[in-house]
Amino acid sequence: MKFERYEWLAIIIMISLFIFVGFIQGWSVSLVILNMCIISAIMTMGVNISWGYAGVINFGVMGFLAMGGLAAVLVSYPPIAESWQVGGRGLGISFALLVVLVIAVMYINKTVIQKRNRYVLNSFIIFFGILIIRHFYLNATHNIEDVNPAIAGFLGGLGLPIIFSWIVGGLFAAGVAFVIGKVALGLRSDYLAIVTLGISEIVVSVLKHEEWLSRGVKNVIGLKRPVPYEIDLQNADWFINLVTYLNSSKLNNIIDVSDRQQVLNNLIIDGSGIFVKLSYAILFLIVMLIIFYFANKAQLSPWGRMMRAIRDNETAANAMGKDIVKQHLIIFVIGAAIVGVAGAMLVTLDGLFTPSGYRPLRFTFIIWIMVIVGGSGNNLGAIFGGFVIWFSWIEAAPITTFIINQLTIGLEPTNALKLHLLDSVPYFRYLFMGLILLLILRYRPKGIIPEKVRHS
Amino acid sequence: MIDFLNSIIVLLNFIIIPGISYGSQLALGALGVTFVYAILRFANFAHGEIMSFGAMITILFTWFFQSQNIGLGILPTALLALPIGIIATIILCIISDKFVFQYYRYQKSVPVVLAMVSIGVMFVINAIIRIIIGTETIKFSDGQKFIIKAKQFKVMTGLNEGLALKSSQVITILITILLLTFTFWFLQKTKTGKSMRAFSDNEDLALLSGINPDRVVFTTWIIVGVLACVAGTLYGLDKSYKPIIYLNLVLPIFASAIVGGIGSPFGAVVGGYVIAFSEIMVTYAYKKFFVYLLPSSIEPTGLVQLLSTDYKFAVSFSILVIVLLIRPSGIFKGKVL
Repeated sequence: MKFERYEWLAIIIMISLFIFVGFIQGWSVSLVILNMCIISAIMTMGVNISWGYAGVINFGVMGFLAMGGLAAVLVSYPPIAESWQVGGRGLGISFALLVVLVIAVMYINKTVIQKRNRYVLNSFIIFFGILIIRHFYLNATHNIEDVNPAIAGFLGGLGLPIIFSWIVGGLFAAGVAFVIGKVALGLRSDYLAIVTLGISEIVVSVLKHEEWLSRGVKNVIGLKRPVPYEIDLQNADWFINLVTYLNSSKLNNIIDVSDRQQVLNNLIIDGSGIFVKLSYAILFLIVMLIIFYFANKAQLSPWGRMMRAIRDNETAANAMGKDIVKQHLIIFVIGAAIVGVAGAMLVTLDGLFTPSGYRPLRFTFIIWIMVIVGGSGNNLGAIFGGFVIWFSWIEAAPITTFIINQLTIGLEPTNALKLHLLDSVPYFRYLFMGLILLLILRYRPKGIIPEKVRHS
Repeated sequence: MIDFLNSIIVLLNFIIIPGISYGSQLALGALGVTFVYAILRFANFAHGEIMSFGAMITILFTWFFQSQNIGLGILPTALLALPIGIIATIILCIISDKFVFQYYRYQKSVPVVLAMVSIGVMFVINAIIRIIIGTETIKFSDGQKFIIKAKQFKVMTGLNEGLALKSSQVITILITILLLTFTFWFLQKTKTGKSMRAFSDNEDLALLSGINPDRVVFTTWIIVGVLACVAGTLYGLDKSYKPIIYLNLVLPIFASAIVGGIGSPFGAVVGGYVIAFSEIMVTYAYKKFFVYLLPSSIEPTGLVQLLSTDYKFAVSFSILVIVLLIRPSGIFKGKVL
């Protein structure tokens, strides 16, 4: 694909931001920000696909991210045999009963025609079905949560490499999105926004409180990494040789042997951290580029053209024989799946899963600001938005501190106003985010890198 | 008979009174959301933060009055500061309209864009609140805390169960009744109220008959400011003020407005109580209630709780989803003020 000049400019800006931070604040900081930027960019692309291509609003980002995170836990955590023993059967029975219940309800919906009878029968069956299921379910979960609660207390996972969870996370999120889409996609866009926001809240509260599944608020820590650990690197010969080789000119200048060893050790410790972050960055970058490639392909394909047609004029597209409900569902599910991948990657990067950390402000609204600022309907714009907004989210604090110090330079260091302002530095980032969003919506409503109008 | 009375008291104490006071707070919030939706035609995500802002100003002035030793005796000082909070909230609403929303209204933007804009406003107000007052939990209710204490009630009636009636609950209910009566009187009887209803029903027709849209919008923001500030302060008074809580409160408020039929003020009030009562009733453990009511041979062994209290917020959303599926326009047909 070909980039326009301003798009090259955007790419250069993104790269130079990290080089700049690398020189000012150190490469470690720069790589940390870069990793989160890449993940944010993937989330943004996910939202952009449903909103930018087809105009389907998705405020459930937080829920899909949490599903991805759950996938990371369930795939990579070693299985806990004891939990399966005490609770596996009960869970199995309740799951089977649930399936029976769903089938029964579907059967009733199909056979009973009169509306009132249907409601009465359905609510009757659902009520008693849930009562029975609860009996088995509560027993089983109670037993599971009692197994060694300090370190386990949940079912564990499959013990596979965590990298598989990136795909599984996408599938999990897609599954949830399918259910949500079936229920809610007929609604008007602002209703849909509220409903998806609410359902994502439900998903997170389930993850927070079903301890047998996700360990809930007790968090899952120590997930295995897909990249080497710092401590292993520091003892690996090849890595020591590599660091020595890269810094040979610097090291050769030091004559004293013990001094030299000291410097080398420091270099190795620093280098191992950077190496780990760099490996993450490369992995994430690969995923991002793959998604970017396919997203662009899809947008240029006849399918993408149909999506734009549906977005721009639903009635006309419908008149041309396009199944709008189905296409909306498809694109909603695809978008959610990409967000789910990002969710799994996020947990992989942190190495821990904290359900209570999923808050709508941070994981839904910020992502939406990224989409709007970057430019909905343009994948490069989505990536750019993810990079720029995450970058300013992180760098807002140092910049604010600087500005406050400059503005209050005339005041004494013990001045109450100055101290209060410096205390509330972390909150200024919300102010920046809000202002950026308002300014962009006002003066550049199509985003910084707007969608290209194609006449084909 | 005594057992029956006891069980009634249990219900009253743990479900009905908390339900009514929480429902009143939701109803006032939902009424504000509905007004914005009916007149300005967008879902205002910033409403929770507007409520929070009003409560914050009220708290600041409560502190000021407390430091000056000005109080209302047995009533909380916050009531004295409330009018100032209301004025500040109205000013905030009008400023945000003048600088932000007005432009999109003139542009005739689609509702989704306006919803996005309101998210931007939400972030800004959120930041202002956190910068001014921080994120700590603040208790600012003073004066007499209880009207009836549980122990007093037990001694008074000789029943096993106590009934506690917090003064904040009574104040909430009284103010809600007052405010709702005034709002509905205003909508039905005054000329401005009628013009607002006309505007929400059919904008073009209203413009043709010489209704000034800017005036209607101005009045709307004043009403929204009053409702939001009162709702926010009452919630803070009842539960304690915590800035991050209000973002979570937006969701039940939206749920109430939609369940009642968004755009219909009466529906919003009903929706508020529906949501509040279902949240409390579904998550309440009925064991105590049944212990009094049933003979001891068939007493329940478990807690008799439909869902654990952790799922409070999930309940309001499940109801929202169900209502949208069965009756998308809400209980009372929405869209008209």
